[in-house]
Amino acid sequence: MFPTINLKLMVLSFLMLGVLFSCKNEAKTETTPTQQKAGTEEVQKQGQAFIKEDGSTPNVLQIAIGSPDHTTLVAAVQAAELENVLVNAGPLMVFAPTNEAFAALPEGTVEDLLKPENKDALANILKYHVTAGNYSKEFLMKFKKLGQANDQSVTVEVVGDEVLVGGAKILASVPAGNGIVHVVDKVMLPPTE
Amino acid sequence: MKKHIYLVMGLFGFAALFTGCGNGNQGKGSSGALNSSNAEKVYVAPGEHDEFYAFMSGGYSGNLTVYGLPSGRMFKEIPVFSQFPTSGYGYSEETKPMLNTSHGFVPWDDSHHPDISQTNGELDGRWIFINGNNTPRIARISLTTFETEEIIEVPNSAGNHSSSFVTENSEYVVAGTRFSVPIPQRDMPIKEYKGNFQGALSFISVDPEHGHMDIKFQIIMPGFNYDLSHPGRGKSHGWFFFTTYNTEEASTLQEVNSSQNDKDFIAAINWKKVEEYVNNGGGTKMAANYAHNVYDESTHTATSTMKKEVLTVNPIDIPGAVFFLPTPKSPHGCDVDPTGQYIIGNGKLSADLTIHSFDNMIAAIEGKKFDGEAYGIPILKFEDVLAGTVKSGGLGPLHTEFDAEGNAYTTFFISSEVVKWKLGTWEVIDRKPTYYSVGHLMIPGGNSRKPFGKYVVALNKITKDRYLPVGPEMEHSAQIYDISGEKMELLYDFPTHGEPHYAAGIPAELLAPKSTKFYKLSDNKHPYATLGAADSKVVRDGKDVHIYMSTIRSHFTPDNIEGVKVGDKVYFHVTNQEQDFDVPHGFAVIGANTSELLVMPGQTKTIIWEPKKVGVWPFYCTDFCSALHQEMQGYIRVSPANSNIDLSWSLGE
Repeated sequence: MFPTINLKLMVLSFLMLGVLFSCKNEAKTETTPTQQKAGTEEVQKQGQAFIKEDGSTPNVLQIAIGSPDHTTLVAAVQAAELENVLVNAGPLMVFAPTNEAFAALPEGTVEDLLKPENKDALANILKYHVTAGNYSKEFLMKFKKLGQANDQSVTVEVVGDEVLVGGAKILASVPAGNGIVHVVDKVMLPPTE
Repeated sequence: MKKHIYLVMGLFGFAALFTGCGNGNQGKGSSGALNSSNAEKVYVAPGEHDEFYAFMSGGYSGNLTVYGLPSGRMFKEIPVFSQFPTSGYGYSEETKPMLNTSHGFVPWDDSHHPDISQTNGELDGRWIFINGNNTPRIARISLTTFETEEIIEVPNSAGNHSSSFVTENSEYVVAGTRFSVPIPQRDMPIKEYKGNFQGALSFISVDPEHGHMDIKFQIIMPGFNYDLSHPGRGKSHGWFFFTTYNTEEASTLQEVNSSQNDKDFIAAINWKKVEEYVNNGGGTKMAANYAHNVYDESTHTATSTMKKEVLTVNPIDIPGAVFFLPTPKSPHGCDVDPTGQYIIGNGKLSADLTIHSFDNMIAAIEGKKFDGEAYGIPILKFEDVLAGTVKSGGLGPLHTEFDAEGNAYTTFFISSEVVKWKLGTWEVIDRKPTYYSVGHLMIPGGNSRKPFGKYVVALNKITKDRYLPVGPEMEHSAQIYDISGEKMELLYDFPTHGEPHYAAGIPAELLAPKSTKFYKLSDNKHPYATLGAADSKVVRDGKDVHIYMSTIRSHFTPDNIEGVKVGDKVYFHVTNQEQDFDVPHGFAVIGANTSELLVMPGQTKTIIWEPKKVGVWPFYCTDFCSALHQEMQGYIRVSPANSNIDLSWSLGE
């Protein structure tokens, strides 16, 4: 089937070009790099993160973007190009360190991680803050550990009334359309194996 | 102002095209619109045929849909587990037995994983099998008539999910349970799940001539969840592999409790060994009750038989038959490459793929290098069987299929992408986004020894803004990619029907030439068939009235019927006398509490009508059969219950 169609289309395009431009030698099929490039750029802006606002409950990404306390986190998510990961059906539980938490890292750490060459390391750290699940702070007390999106486990400890995830304390929790955001006071660093 | 800008731009564009002419320096993109390579690749001109059939499971529709690739055009919905008023499937007297189960008549199911029959590990295009997930059943559909021919219920199973995959010569179609349950079922506390519930893996033999299914044996496994499975092939033929999760054996809140172990298992079953064991008298016969429903093409009628016994096998009674391969993170898809060497575990809560080596597995078994046991089943050492890991960078791997060039293609649900990687080197070659949140994918023959690796179809779970909105519920989207080159290329986006969980594709040339055009009237052995208009009659048997009706363009014989009374049970047995391709006749009668009938040429179908009101009631043909279709109608007179009008019938009097 394909050879026939290709042939027909080629003949057709040949004829049309001939009619329109009276070009005798130029009507060769050729690849269209410019068009494909445009296509690729378009693809990068596609995905669930770029769906127009439809009135749905904000997802975990939208909650982070809307929070003035999480501008560093959002910048990091964008630098790591993880937007589309945070908007899928989930459920996703995001431990969202505040700007203050990022600022508490040794000087220069954040700047380093935001460099393009450190994109993978940054993505690894960010994914360590994401669990497939949706649990309230109280419910988290049932766990001893959580399996994180970077493939490592983070410990869960109960200290008094608080639950510490990877040593970080939950300051506030915001339910999201595709999970929950727990605002935490510390950046959780993945254990090195 | 804006208008001016457009005008200027338009003129400029036009001028640019003209300047491209004849100067040998044509802009590279200038002929792009006419090349339109992607459109060309999926365009199947009017009257031309697609290159592949694609069979997509209907998920909660309970059915199977047939598409063409690359066009994405839907050709047919084949009713399987669900009543289908369009054709009368599950409503007609002939097809009602197809939906019989040990729970009674079950008119719906959740159909998941279609798989095409194989010979020597290659698609043979005889049948396609599909599992009913909810009330465990396996169906066999003819790829000649494209009709469901057989359904067998699976006892001791619940959530028939790791099904319905065929072995290399269709020796077996295999059905594994998702839920472990008490075997046999009994009244017991749910809390006592651990150690008491069990999971049945059923090997259903397929008769090589007619395809008839029979449960040869069930392996009664520990109480894990058995998620997906695939057969060994080539060197690993004779083995079957199942992914498990919830090896913790939790009975509640599995989203927490079944993710506590770092590794679950892939269960490797040497079914040839088990077969030998049962052929030599091994196994235990257990009382059971399950339906076996078979449709007979010559009588156009299904019969349902309840079977009362099933042969069960305890895996620890057959040393060397069952092993566990530790596999990280609740693996979903369990896929075997075309050579049979690699077994891929798609750990859905993981970023990585785990690939086990069949050779390593055999070496570890021979060397008895075990790392403990679970319920007496030896566990192999992860490091001993591991062939490699694909560090994908994606999230949530679900399912992998293969091309014929040694490449694998894996879906990632969370990161919404298809990742192409190389078998053996485990390097990622390409990745492309899907729209959105892809479940399974399908390459025609992609789970056989001979894949036809031209296209991959991604079956997405989320649609959102991909099409014009039609209220809160959107049909699921599929994307077709050209995989003939190094990089995948997204070609087209099309909606599917129901919720396709999986699909199977096959080159059109293997099916199209043998597709049934019509049923031969002379072969019709239906007990109520009307083989010629002269044989039409109406027969009363107590309150039952049997109308032997024939149809031809464009009238019913008879079309005037009298002598029927309120309280009667009227059977319209409609035989289509046509012997031409694609000339069905429909039959509908006012107030029927069932559905219409769509009767294929040469076929007989029956619908019951129980008139409740006195009057003269119409019936008509629902299928636009000819220029005189609108004339294809008739009347049935319904008299009071106590009337003494004799039965009479006529045409043209």
